[in-house]
Amino acid sequence: MDALAPLIAAALMAGTPLMLAALGLLVNEKSGVINLGSEGMMLVAAALGFAVAVESGSTWVGFAAGALAGAIMAAGFAWLVVWLSANQIACGLALSIFGVGVSASIGLPYVGATLKAASWAIPGLSEIPFLGRALFQQHPLVYTAIVLALALSWFLYRTRAGLILRAVGESPESAHALGYPVRRIRLAALLFGGACCGLAGAFMSLVYTPMWVENMVAGRGWIALALTPFATWRPMRVLVGAYLFGGITILTFHMQALGVPIASQLLSMLPYLATILVLVLISRNVDWIRINMPASLGRVFIPNR
Amino acid sequence: MLELVPRAEPSRRMMWLSPVLALALTALCGALMFIGVGKAPVQGLYVLFVAPLSSLQGWAEIGVKMAPLLLCAIGLALCFRANVFNIGAEGQLVVGSIAASAFVLAFDDGLGGQGGWYMIALAILAGALGGAFWASIVAWLRDRFHANEILVSLMLVYVAELLLSYLVHGVMRDPDGFGFPQSRMFNDGFLLPILPGTRVHAGIILALLVALWAWLFLARLLAGFRLTVGGLAPLAARYAGFSSRRALWGCLLGSGALAGVAGACEVMGPIGQLTPSVSPGYGFAAIIVAFVGRLHPVGVIFASFIMALFYIGGELSQTRLGMPSAITGIFQGILLFSLLACDVLIHQRLRWRP
Repeated sequence: MDALAPLIAAALMAGTPLMLAALGLLVNEKSGVINLGSEGMMLVAAALGFAVAVESGSTWVGFAAGALAGAIMAAGFAWLVVWLSANQIACGLALSIFGVGVSASIGLPYVGATLKAASWAIPGLSEIPFLGRALFQQHPLVYTAIVLALALSWFLYRTRAGLILRAVGESPESAHALGYPVRRIRLAALLFGGACCGLAGAFMSLVYTPMWVENMVAGRGWIALALTPFATWRPMRVLVGAYLFGGITILTFHMQALGVPIASQLLSMLPYLATILVLVLISRNVDWIRINMPASLGRVFIPNR
Repeated sequence: MLELVPRAEPSRRMMWLSPVLALALTALCGALMFIGVGKAPVQGLYVLFVAPLSSLQGWAEIGVKMAPLLLCAIGLALCFRANVFNIGAEGQLVVGSIAASAFVLAFDDGLGGQGGWYMIALAILAGALGGAFWASIVAWLRDRFHANEILVSLMLVYVAELLLSYLVHGVMRDPDGFGFPQSRMFNDGFLLPILPGTRVHAGIILALLVALWAWLFLARLLAGFRLTVGGLAPLAARYAGFSSRRALWGCLLGSGALAGVAGACEVMGPIGQLTPSVSPGYGFAAIIVAFVGRLHPVGVIFASFIMALFYIGGELSQTRLGMPSAITGIFQGILLFSLLACDVLIHQRLRWRP
């Protein structure tokens, strides 16, 4: 039983970057824009965040740099797809390819650098025998992600601003006719999404590994993209999905450590195969997706004067 | 203030001008980037864009890089025309290289004699089947379960790379290779013919022939017309009785097979064995090639030439200027961004509004 506590702790940690990125993408998609650049934004944020943290000696400055990098990349993306009405799919792919190159260049001098390891514990709660080790000795961002999921479900479904955001995603024409600035709302959503992906990337290089290796995000940006339809665009279901995938990732590590006679490469395929399986399961019912998906997702909107 | 005004109809001139403009913008961004890292911009751009073309060896190396890019990009252009976003060409290339290597390793041990053109052709066919098989998974999941082809094809890239790593660490590893994760070198009779003195191989001729076929297919054959209509106007295509399922399967199997051929040509050409890294991201760069080439076979030929130039220029700027080799990826991304921004001018024009 005691062996289980570190596993749960590791699964929560592995699920956190997925959750942060997926929550950001969820807000993007609720406003009607799909950003396939998540992998690129996470990579650049991971490299830049790590570089800044090594130079400044503070991981918090690194996190800020990562979030800022994600937001700046998202701003460029927003200018292309929201103002110039360029193809969202192609622009997102370009952002991801661009991010792979940029992050490799930024991170090159920092390959092999290390950060001082820090341990965290919530006073009092972390002393509880089993639960303390499993739940209450995490990096603050792990809890921030949970709070963010709660806050987003409140924001989207209980506030006026959330209602407007969803209206923009469901019918930009109607929202425009009512006088809402559709383009600026979408820009705000994209900036938020970029900052979230940036935080997720910085978490990868500053807390999860913690080091920089080329292409270290390893498809998590894409898995996060698959999490939003999996969660039928609900924040709390994103939380469940992210921890599920975190659990699968940790399970594969643990099976290797236990010496299960399956090659490590085959075990490492599990998260990717699980993503495909999840996509198949949720996409099977076309109506289910159609009801839940923001109606204008991926469509170009040009306001008439 | 400058503002965008919709044009009455798309500008044909901008259709051709936009990639040229994008290339100029990319060069400008590159110059700024060189200034930013404290290098002479003119010298930097010279190394990147001109130096590779100043020797026969440079042209030959461009041919080496162009072959896989062109093969993958032709297939992707067909896919994108039909609105099927297959972005997993990298994975299909890897599986093609595995299949071709398995064939060669099985037959170059005496079973297939001294090799020869028919054995090479069969190995390429094996690669094509491997790539088509990998793409067929995407087609089946999309057709049967409506699973998003972007995410499925991308996830399969990671699976394919892990499969390759598993095989070269296991059953396909050279038993006399001191434990290095790679297969043994293929026998000479199973390697593609090369231009003497260079590394450029028959794959580039194959790629150009495929481009020619794709041009005929799109311009002259009913199936190509069906594909284009299905992408441009799905409702019109359905009304005309064109099957969208056939288009989905056709373009995914075709592009998978072409990516597989690219993988086969890599292992039987410049590499000569199966290694854990058969491709430096050709499958992803091919996405950019397809878009920059306007999804048109002739355009794709030019675009793959430019992208191959970026690869060689990137390698040169690494050795001569000490820039990281990832500079290639940055330029690829900037080129696609610039193109997408310039493409706005096809359907809209700039107007000065005081």
